[in-house]
Amino acid sequence: MSEITPDLVRHLGVLARIQLNDEEVERLTGQLDAIVDNIAKVSEVATPDVPATSHPIALENVFREDVPGDMLTLDQVLQNAPERADDRFRVTAILGEEQ
Amino acid sequence: MAAKVALMDFDKALELFEPVLGFEVHVELNTRTKMFSPAANPAHPDNHGAAPNTLVAPVDMGLPGALPVVNETAIRSSISLGLALGCSIAPSSRFARKNYFYPDLGKNYQISQYDEPIAFEGAVEVELSDGTTVTVDIERAHMEEDAGKLTHMGGAAGRIQGAEFSLVDYNRAGVPLVEIVTKPIFGAEHRAPEIAKAYVRTIRDIVIGLGISEARLERGNLRCDANVSLRPRGQEKLGTRTETKNVNSMRSVERAVRYEIQRQAAILAEGGTITQETRHWHEDTGTTSPGRPKSDADDYRYFPEPDLLPVAPSPQLIDELRAALPEPPAARRRRLQGEWGFTDLEFQDVVNGGLLAEVDATVAAGASPASARKWWTGEITRVANARGAEPQALVSPADVAALQKLVDAGTLTDKLARQVLEGVIDGEGSPQKVVDARGLAVVSDDGALIAAIDDALAAQPDVLAKIKDGKVQAAGAVIGAVMKAMKGQADAARVRELILERAAQ
Amino acid sequence: MSDIIRSSAAELAARLADRSISSVEVTQAHLDRIAAVDGDVHAFLHVSEHALEVAGEIDARRAAGEELGELAGVPLAIKDVLVTTDMPSTSGSKILEGFMSPYDATVVARARAAGLVPLGKTNMDEFAMGSSTEHSAYGPTRNPWDLDRIPGGSGGGSAAAVAAFEAPLALGSDTGGSIRQPAHVTGTVGVKPTYGGVSRYGSIALASSLDQVGPVSRTVLDSALLHDVIGGHDPHDSTSLADQWPSFAAAAREGARGDVLRGLKVGVIRELADVGFQPGVSASFRASLAAMEAQGAEIVEISAPHFEYGVAAYYLILPAEASSNLAKFDSVRFGLRVDVPGGTVEDVMSATREAGFGDEVKRRIILGTYALSAGYYDAYYGSAQKVRTLIQRDFDEAFAQVDVIATPSAPTTAFRLGEQIDDPLQMYLNDVTTIPVNLAGVPGISIPSGLSDDDGLPVGIQFIAPARQDAQLYRVGAALESLLVDSWGGPLLDRAPILGGAR
Ligand SMILES: [Mg+2]
Ligand SMILES: [Zn+2]
Repeated sequence: MSEITPDLVRHLGVLARIQLNDEEVERLTGQLDAIVDNIAKVSEVATPDVPATSHPIALENVFREDVPGDMLTLDQVLQNAPERADDRFRVTAILGEEQ
Repeated sequence: MAAKVALMDFDKALELFEPVLGFEVHVELNTRTKMFSPAANPAHPDNHGAAPNTLVAPVDMGLPGALPVVNETAIRSSISLGLALGCSIAPSSRFARKNYFYPDLGKNYQISQYDEPIAFEGAVEVELSDGTTVTVDIERAHMEEDAGKLTHMGGAAGRIQGAEFSLVDYNRAGVPLVEIVTKPIFGAEHRAPEIAKAYVRTIRDIVIGLGISEARLERGNLRCDANVSLRPRGQEKLGTRTETKNVNSMRSVERAVRYEIQRQAAILAEGGTITQETRHWHEDTGTTSPGRPKSDADDYRYFPEPDLLPVAPSPQLIDELRAALPEPPAARRRRLQGEWGFTDLEFQDVVNGGLLAEVDATVAAGASPASARKWWTGEITRVANARGAEPQALVSPADVAALQKLVDAGTLTDKLARQVLEGVIDGEGSPQKVVDARGLAVVSDDGALIAAIDDALAAQPDVLAKIKDGKVQAAGAVIGAVMKAMKGQADAARVRELILERAAQ
Repeated sequence: MSDIIRSSAAELAARLADRSISSVEVTQAHLDRIAAVDGDVHAFLHVSEHALEVAGEIDARRAAGEELGELAGVPLAIKDVLVTTDMPSTSGSKILEGFMSPYDATVVARARAAGLVPLGKTNMDEFAMGSSTEHSAYGPTRNPWDLDRIPGGSGGGSAAAVAAFEAPLALGSDTGGSIRQPAHVTGTVGVKPTYGGVSRYGSIALASSLDQVGPVSRTVLDSALLHDVIGGHDPHDSTSLADQWPSFAAAAREGARGDVLRGLKVGVIRELADVGFQPGVSASFRASLAAMEAQGAEIVEISAPHFEYGVAAYYLILPAEASSNLAKFDSVRFGLRVDVPGGTVEDVMSATREAGFGDEVKRRIILGTYALSAGYYDAYYGSAQKVRTLIQRDFDEAFAQVDVIATPSAPTTAFRLGEQIDDPLQMYLNDVTTIPVNLAGVPGISIPSGLSDDDGLPVGIQFIAPARQDAQLYRVGAALESLLVDSWGGPLLDRAPILGGAR
């Protein structure tokens, strides 16, 4: 069995910034437990000698020339803003500090 | 403010504890565009002071569907910096996502490098004020993007605590950064604060030499996080460290390290424990205050950035960039002292003031070494101290050279030049502009001078007789009167000549 | 039903080119069809107010003698995962309701430049998470073959629009089968190109290393024509391939005409026999293989021992990447904001994401957050990346022996709406044959293989080719398509219900 507990689900909700109510925590705990049991089998064949693949088609050194472009107008930047103050986005009080 | 913090006397602290230092310096690259987007880079001098949210491409504000693409020039700058730090360049490195939510982070992840940085294992020679050098080992230098800028409104001005709301500007989001991380620095002892300052100065000299950053600390082009921990004498295990964030001048780095040593020593001596946390430096009070403690919410869930591919610089590229490196700062210092003909004392004066790059640039702009040194270590430093600023933040080397040119041409006396400098510092424009606007040029019209001399002689009739008698030194009183009448805008030597001519008539 | 809407894109293109029909007529016919049937089908989330105007411009340019692209004037439905400047882009989510992108996705920009006429935005599972389009925040799309059944997902809207003759062509995105599985259950054609073959710029990311945009149509040639328009290198997407691609339309025409099946080695995966396909699906698959064999193809049994780990690896990689990609929906710059009186920005973000995301999205974000979190990364995400390597090796070994691989496109025909919605694990198995293709980055096509004997619903066959050999899929797909359509005496969709009152 996997180690999914309601406390873990609640912690994951905090990390993912999704406020979960108790009913959701309970439901997700059960569902995730079943899913994780099922997908944990990847470790059966993932032996140390197998390299990881992060990109399906291997490429490297894909670069862009240092030439300006693609800039949005101020109106475009702000056109979907839920709330703005003059030319900036406005958010309510921030509790924690930046990382 | 919080309750008064106890500090232990610095020497006493060092008797009881050994300080261990570490630094993370973020260098903003001055590329034309951002790290992962073609939006203009606010850390490029052309874009300084741009209006909020006007330097933004879709990926910088995390618009749905937008994708990052790596800036080739930023890669080259990062490799050059890695080489200048004596690092090995990774044959293959990659980007990773550092996941955390914060309103200044458009995507709510920062693209950074994690387990595979572009440069690792280096060392830099750091020269102290007494001419000795200390080697600081570099753990790694990695590429990443900057976040946007938050302005906190309401509550205590500008502070996050108590703010009612915050405003977000994404111009800075995506500015290319290289983060340089040192290994723990042991054996710094009482020189710890000085090493801190000298290390940051060395990094600054290196990036200026490479031309890859504007390197202005006060603008955030260089940002230093200083890690300090103490361990009791004889103890093997490292103490708990604090990370003092974004100290924005070299002087502050020195002060912050000293303060943390004294603060931590007082706590430890009382049997207390140090909290692992970030701390904020307050320039005004010269103190640090607690910030965010480390917690299990610091789970950044790093994983390889799937939208970007590995960076695998060819050996040829690395050789090419290595060949183009400017000389290392220590060698450069030896060379410059020879070229400039400064005494050891004069040269240390420049180095200790962190003004080597400025003097060099001023000489390159046409001033004599002696005059460049005189300006930077003299008047400019005096004004900087008076204003609590960094000398290099006040005026550009080009302006200093232009100012000296006006002195050399006789347009300005030394005294007038100091007034012009003040105008330049106050943002009135170039020296010539200040001269024109304030009408400060030396009066070179002999007619006006002669008129003033005649007035002065008329007021002191006995003087002319004395001069005629051969008591030339009597002219001094008239020169003073003329200079006063001309509001200082006259060349005293010329005035003296004219007085003697008059007397000879 | 007018002959216009039943025409393929290639046929419409030919009639537009010889000016026997105008783009305005073609566009109007499709808008009329949408008005008549989309109340039942609900393939569209938004119908463009500009379509006729754009069509008129194309007609004017053609009348002025301008040289236009082959598909100029042909209408196009666009999956709502692709951002558009003239229509909202929601990715099927409430959190993006009303969102207007300031830029066009590259594929949309290319389609516009080629003169295609955007008709509207099609429904999808929220953020492309699902296999049934029931997870759309805007209500499900229904399968034109049976309105009580699912149209597949996540691109059920694009597949249903094409199957219901509401559009001749559509754009889709395929992360684990979201183009091919809907094609399978709606009797249409869908292609997942080689990873990097089509730009992802402007495709609202689900799982960046798996997502690929591709064409949806009723014929193989039509998909090829659209692929020719949208494909090719895009400097805005670092993972975009710089390859010179052959004409896929030429490949499809060659396949329909020639004897490309003669001597073709078609691999059939031994391990997939155990997966438990619906009997009618297996039967249709075997019949297609037999038809190919009769034309000289050689059926070769191959082994892909790691495919059985594909679904597990997929349900680690996808949620992990998605948990990060979907972090941008936080109420600060765009999209929904739920106010929390007296709350901090953290509270507002958490409440917004709670209210704005549906259950499946939350489930996958939480799962992905778990898979990446400290202490679990190596066991889960790291291991899944290794499985990816093993599946790529399986493909490499297989393609050393065969030219293409064939599988049923999905294990079952269209299931009933609501049937699997509470069983995520069962839902995840719908993509068992399509997922390995995304994990390996190789191209895959699904074309109709017939109707299932057990329920009379459409079945698709999937062909898989080595990376970069998308042209091979068009060649082989078109060859089998022409065989089957001949044997049926007309397109499979001729047998679909008429809709629009005559159900
Ligand atoms: Mg750091
Ligand atoms: Zn950093």
